[in-house]
Amino acid sequence: MNKIVVVGYGPAAHRFVETLARKGFAGAVTVIGEEPRPAYDRVALTSYLSGASAEDLTYPVPGGVVTRLGTRVTAVDRRARHVVTADGGVEPYDVLVLATGSAPFVPPVPGAGHAFVYRTIEDLDAIRAAAKDAAEGVVVGGGLLGLEAADALRGLGLRTHIVELSPWLMPRQVDEGGGAVLRSHIEGLGLSVHAGAGVEEVVADGGGRVTGLRTSGGTLIEAQVVVFSAGVRPRDELARACGLEVGERGGVVVDPGMRTSDPHVYAIGECALAGGTVYGLVGPCNTMAEVAADRITGGTAVFEGADLSTKLKLLGVEVAQFGAMSGALDVTYMDPVAGVYKKLFVSDDAGTLLGGICVGDAGPYSTLRPYVGKRLPASPSDLLFSGSGAALDLPDDAQVCSCNNVGAGEIRAAVADRGLRDVAAVKACTGAGTTCGSCVPMLKQLLEKSGVEVSRALCEHFTHSRAELFDIVRVRGVTTFSELIARHGQGRGCDICKPVVASILASLHNGHVLEGERAALQDTNDAFLANIQKNGTYSVVPRIPGGEITPDKLIVIGEVARDFGLYTKITGGQRIDLFGARVEQLPEIWRRLVDAGFESGHAYGKALRTVKSCVGSTWCRYGVQDSVGLAIALELRYRGLRSPHKLKSAVSGCARECAEARSKDFGVIATEQGWNLYVGGNGGFRPRHADLLATDLTTDELIRTIDRFLMFYIRTADRLQRTSAWLESLDGGLGRLREVIMEDSLGICADLDAQMEHHIATYADEWRATLDDPDKLARFVSFVNAPGVPDPSIVFSAERGQIRPVMAR
Amino acid sequence: MSWVPVCDYHAIPPERGVCALVDGVQVAIFRTYDGGVHALDNLDPFSGAYVLSRGIVGTRKGEPTVASPLHKQVFSLVSGVCLDQDDVTVAVYRARVAGGRVEVSV
Ligand code: SRM
Ligand SMILES: Cc1cc2nc3c(=O)[nH]c(=O)nc-3n(C[C@H](O)[C@H](O)[C@H](O)COP(=O)(O)OP(=O)(O)OC[C@H]3O[C@@H](n4cnc5c(N)ncnc54)[C@H](O)[C@@H]3O)c2cc1C
Ligand code: SF4
Ligand code: FES
Repeated sequence: MNKIVVVGYGPAAHRFVETLARKGFAGAVTVIGEEPRPAYDRVALTSYLSGASAEDLTYPVPGGVVTRLGTRVTAVDRRARHVVTADGGVEPYDVLVLATGSAPFVPPVPGAGHAFVYRTIEDLDAIRAAAKDAAEGVVVGGGLLGLEAADALRGLGLRTHIVELSPWLMPRQVDEGGGAVLRSHIEGLGLSVHAGAGVEEVVADGGGRVTGLRTSGGTLIEAQVVVFSAGVRPRDELARACGLEVGERGGVVVDPGMRTSDPHVYAIGECALAGGTVYGLVGPCNTMAEVAADRITGGTAVFEGADLSTKLKLLGVEVAQFGAMSGALDVTYMDPVAGVYKKLFVSDDAGTLLGGICVGDAGPYSTLRPYVGKRLPASPSDLLFSGSGAALDLPDDAQVCSCNNVGAGEIRAAVADRGLRDVAAVKACTGAGTTCGSCVPMLKQLLEKSGVEVSRALCEHFTHSRAELFDIVRVRGVTTFSELIARHGQGRGCDICKPVVASILASLHNGHVLEGERAALQDTNDAFLANIQKNGTYSVVPRIPGGEITPDKLIVIGEVARDFGLYTKITGGQRIDLFGARVEQLPEIWRRLVDAGFESGHAYGKALRTVKSCVGSTWCRYGVQDSVGLAIALELRYRGLRSPHKLKSAVSGCARECAEARSKDFGVIATEQGWNLYVGGNGGFRPRHADLLATDLTTDELIRTIDRFLMFYIRTADRLQRTSAWLESLDGGLGRLREVIMEDSLGICADLDAQMEHHIATYADEWRATLDDPDKLARFVSFVNAPGVPDPSIVFSAERGQIRPVMAR
Repeated sequence: MSWVPVCDYHAIPPERGVCALVDGVQVAIFRTYDGGVHALDNLDPFSGAYVLSRGIVGTRKGEPTVASPLHKQVFSLVSGVCLDQDDVTVAVYRARVAGGRVEVSV
């Protein structure tokens, strides 16, 4: 056989010709497509509206393939074995492949001709042009594609309505409960949802300009742009006209080898009816294309149907569905406040998983989807409530990646046989995780469970761990990132290694974090000496040592907050956070604060945060020591100390522990005789009570012990490892820590002490230093070419008498 | 296609970015280690905030990159493609240095 002709040039046709090329097919291949360009990534179509160009989306044409673009096929002559094109041309074939995809369904209502559909780049051009003079838009159809189209209209600045015939949104993926949670998310974004409503008419004025849409309930929704996204129909018209078998409800009937009722004609993708189903997802369409290419080149591949599980993020909401949408029993987890809805369907003994629905948190999709049809490793409610499913052991035949049909056994075997060491290698080797990416967390778990010691390399630029880099910098006296990466690394660094090296340099040398080359190493928080917020503004946290503050200073904070219109909140760290400052306001705000005697609180740094205190013996009837005095002394001693992760502390005046010292990295509790020191505590995600390191210390002993504890931690911990995790990973644990820092078993205590002395002697408030330096200040502008202009994307609304950010989308 | 001058070359610190407002478009301009300049749209498509100019500049497999300061997704400075999720792309604008000034074209 010499010549293959493909009709339609969409993703399925692309995968087909690409597979042929990969198999080294030597015959002639011609693709005839109606659209003016080769196939493009239709799944990513919407990104065309947010800046991707048509070229970005378009797939390369494999070498040797002849294309006829902008050309529609109008007939197939099966006896003569040729196709006829609209321009009158004739193209003979030995094998014909129909890949004509599907067309959006437009209901036959009056005025429908004025509406748009959402399928091609040209459709999007037309919608974008119409949106220019429009204020409101309606999308008909609240399914997956309808919501995507609605998000696009919103992105074009239109007030957007969604009309859905079913009583709730996305009826094919979620049930009524999930639909309700989804709806409240979407309404929260300012879109209007009209569920349970059909379309009566697209209303237009005399000049043919759309003015609105009338629903079957009689409501008139004002809109200048109407988009139909109410399902698709397979484009089987060519097949029908030339007498090929088609399904009752459309679709070209094919056998498991993708062959139609004529052995010389194949059909693949959304136009095909395979095993009684028309598939509307790109994954199965690609598989069909591969099967057809294999068959045509002599193989025996079969299409065995496909998983219709979906996971997507629409309008910022995760929605996922896998397996069946009903079962003998179901277990539901619902948190309406957080907007989370998760449901599992199970067999009547609650042992076998049948399917699941998730809205707001698609966690179970990645962890539990491989169990569909299998025994669950724990009770469904435990799995839903604990959420993570991290401890699961997957059976070999469990499908981990549904996009590429890769099972757990195959991944384990690849890891073991080929010595794969990271997720990137698993992706490259098995193809898993390369399409939608939702199975990547599972890949990571499988790797770890296979006993792979995941490399300690910091990132692709350094093969060292943080502790090893620390030693290199310390021992060789390295002072710049450039020097370190040139001699010990490769490339030019990234968002992982640069902040780590910045932190190491700061711990050891304590220079200003924005000095010279170091400025380029800092995360945005350190770069602007403030904490970035979701809308690109920053928050300001002045240090309030021990939580003690004079009324005058309190008034200054109030005045600054008022004058700059900042949202004000008491933090969980006994101080005050001022939110909503634009970059160019930060220096003005800090000028006022510094003048009033405030310093940076390092809320932005991996550094000492707060030392909380209780009121202690000065006022409290139970207090046995001056906890406030000690907390202030500790906070001033360690302020500005950069470390692998943030450091927190607290001092309580007696064993009642009102300062919660045992939840801190280092906590101190007063005794009649002195102080008890606890280390390795943590709140946060994995709370841990601190361990008692030493009892009844004098203040001097206490401080010396904390100095060494901190410096030993800073030297040896991993990147972003809090003291709790570090202590747990320390060989020999607490006993070993005592030996090193209290008995000097390694002979490094003098070094640790000297390092801390250096830190304390060289501390300077980095905000004051910044205000004194015009070079550093020059960076605090929203726009380099318009320094006085505030960022127009930053918008606030009011809530409870203060500002809150409004996001554009 | 017209070039708009935005700032002195030296106003962009090495291996960092700045943002310029050009015809109402927020353009993030980066200076890489080799002295080159690159321009992307300043809108971080993941968070919806205009912040890409404030990310950390680096390389991935030799390709110059910036990491969003909000949730750290890494974008190629050359193609605008998100290297952590390649179906997401930010617009790339043309940028050059002419007579010591940085110019962009949007
Ligand atoms: C403002 C504040 C909440 C509040 O309104 O009260 C807060 C806000 C943030 N916390 Fe917190 N935490 C705040 C007290 C706490 C506390 C309570 C405390 O310190 O006593 C905890 C539990 C104690 C602990 O850390 O062990 C806490 C545990 C966390 C964690 C989890 C840490 C962990 O080890 O699991 C994170 C995430 C992280 O650091 O990786 C976090 C991260 C954050 C970040 C930095 C998240 C981020 O990157 O945007 C928040 C930004 C602060 C900002 O923009 O100003 N925050 N955070 C509190 C500031 C305290 C201060 O004055 O500095
Ligand atoms: C906005 C959008 C978002 C999507 N998101 C997802 C997603 O997240 N996940 C997912 O799995 N799927 C998604 N899809 C669906 C996915 O795009 C389709 O499954 C896929 O495009 C099907 O590929 P195909 O090649 O079979 O058909 P098509 O993409 O429809 O391509 C068929 C091509 O054939 C041409 N053609 C038809 N008849 C003729 C003729 N007579 N002569 C010449 N040419 C002809 C058509 O013009 C078209 O170019 C999305 C679709 C859209 C529109
Ligand atoms: S910890 Fe003890 S001293 Fe401190 S406030 Fe509570 S009861 Fe009083
Ligand atoms: S499930 Fe989509 S890439 Fe694996």
